[in-house]
Amino acid sequence: MAVIELTDVARAFTVTSRTGLRRTRREVRAVDGLSFSVEPGEVMGYIGPNGAGKSTTIKMLTGILVPSSGTIRVAGVDPSRHRLKLAKRIGVVFGQRTTLWWDLPLKDSFAVLQKMYDVPPARHRENLATFVELLDLGDLLDVPVRQLSLGQRMRGDIAAALLHDPEIVYLDEPTIGLDVISKARLREFLAQINADRRTTIILTTHDLDDIEALCTRVMVIDHGHQIFDGTLDGLKSSQSAPRTLVVDLATSLPPIEVVGATVTKVDGPRQHLTFPPTTSAAPLLAQIAANYPLVDLSVAEPTIESVITQLYAPRPSA
Amino acid sequence: MGVYWAIAVRSFRRFSTYRIATASGAFTNTVFGFILCGIYLTLWHERPGLGGYDASDALTFVWLQQGLLMPVGIWGATTTGELGERVRSGEIAVDLYRPTHLLLWWLSVDLGRAMFQLVVRGGAPLLVGAFVFDLKFPSSPLTWLAVAAGVFLAILVSFGIRYLVALSGFWITDTRGMEQLALVLSTFFSGMILPLVVFPGAIGDIARATPWAATMQVPIDIWLGRNPGGTGSALLFQLGWIVVLLLGAQLVTSVATRKVVIQGG
Repeated sequence: MAVIELTDVARAFTVTSRTGLRRTRREVRAVDGLSFSVEPGEVMGYIGPNGAGKSTTIKMLTGILVPSSGTIRVAGVDPSRHRLKLAKRIGVVFGQRTTLWWDLPLKDSFAVLQKMYDVPPARHRENLATFVELLDLGDLLDVPVRQLSLGQRMRGDIAAALLHDPEIVYLDEPTIGLDVISKARLREFLAQINADRRTTIILTTHDLDDIEALCTRVMVIDHGHQIFDGTLDGLKSSQSAPRTLVVDLATSLPPIEVVGATVTKVDGPRQHLTFPPTTSAAPLLAQIAANYPLVDLSVAEPTIESVITQLYAPRPSA
Repeated sequence: MGVYWAIAVRSFRRFSTYRIATASGAFTNTVFGFILCGIYLTLWHERPGLGGYDASDALTFVWLQQGLLMPVGIWGATTTGELGERVRSGEIAVDLYRPTHLLLWWLSVDLGRAMFQLVVRGGAPLLVGAFVFDLKFPSSPLTWLAVAAGVFLAILVSFGIRYLVALSGFWITDTRGMEQLALVLSTFFSGMILPLVVFPGAIGDIARATPWAATMQVPIDIWLGRNPGGTGSALLFQLGWIVVLLLGAQLVTSVATRKVVIQGG
């Protein structure tokens, strides 16, 4: 049975703007006609440009915002009607905010959480021991949170969100501002938690490496509408993002002429060409090798960034 | 209930980490205590028995006032100040993700703060004052008990007012005007400028009926044994304001929560 279920959910906001003395009210639909369900243990990346409706969706899923229409079921209940009850069964992490006590050692925050979520002491100790080991928090427990680095604090926040064994965790930009090693460590931890506990994870992020490393499913939302739902590979093949051919020539030349490809960049003897994904690279290579002093070459598949960029690009309205 | 106790304890601990701020604050209170004693001594020398206080009452008033200023939060407190900031920035949404009641959470945080400041900043100026001047102290254990109750209730009244001011941010974009107004009202009607007993007639009656009177004038009068209607009625007066303010606070909390949840902030 689905752990999260949305049926035709819409959320409108009234925006009042003032020009001089005149006030105009306008309705903005942050989310419109959203329907999807998430199975227990799924890791879903929820992506979209700023203002797409990601936060609005998360707020509705956690019950701090009611939908204007449609129905939402999370862990079997209506979130906004049972916000406090549901709060015990979910975990929430905001990359840019902390729920930890700023001036106190990390362990104090964990102690308050144990009481807040009524976690049995034995279970709390067990979870804490696991997280301390996996997230390498041992030396940080006695350090006031304000003295932690961003990466350390984030690890603390993630542990804090998971201490009460939530069934669902919402992570909002968990890796924002972290260095490569911290990011990798966090992703590894989340993957392990998901594998060990079948925790459902909903991840909103602008870092597509997070998606690539963690998510079995990707949902793309733009202007409140769902524009893609499927696997990462499905996402990549759904878009006709151009492939790139990089050729190194023996000498610097003006842009070379190749039928079926266009030069986008000349960098000394190196030239970048793009060609449609429907074209095979082989005939292009033959052409170049026949006409130019070719030294080396590489073909780059479309990056997930370019795929997403294409998705977000304004489409001709129907 | 365990969680609220845990929160209050952490809040107490948190304030205990600000050692230099605490020491310099207590020092400032003490300096102001001496300045006010100079003024009050002159005043009560010119008008002995003013407002029913003798000179010793007036001096005791000064040191108790300096001791209660921070714990009660006459000029606002860090905790409710932070709450107001969270409302303004929208970070209050994080608080709604927790399985705790907003009002009880912040009340626990504030009580932890108040208890720390009462122990450390409440006692120090009083000790210095008692060393230099001849101050009055309660004579019976029952009075001490009444004082403890009065101070605790004063903190609750003050919290109720500060909480309402902080939550006004849900409706007013810029709450600074509100905070300024609260500061002025609190400073005057709590008895910070002059003990409320010195104001004659209707002005005095009105001043002594406000909730701010319950935050400082009333508990100090319990200490001095000078409540016009006796200690019992003084405590009841405080309790009455607590009921009104906390019921109001709970009402405003649920309206504000509904506003966030339904209108989206």
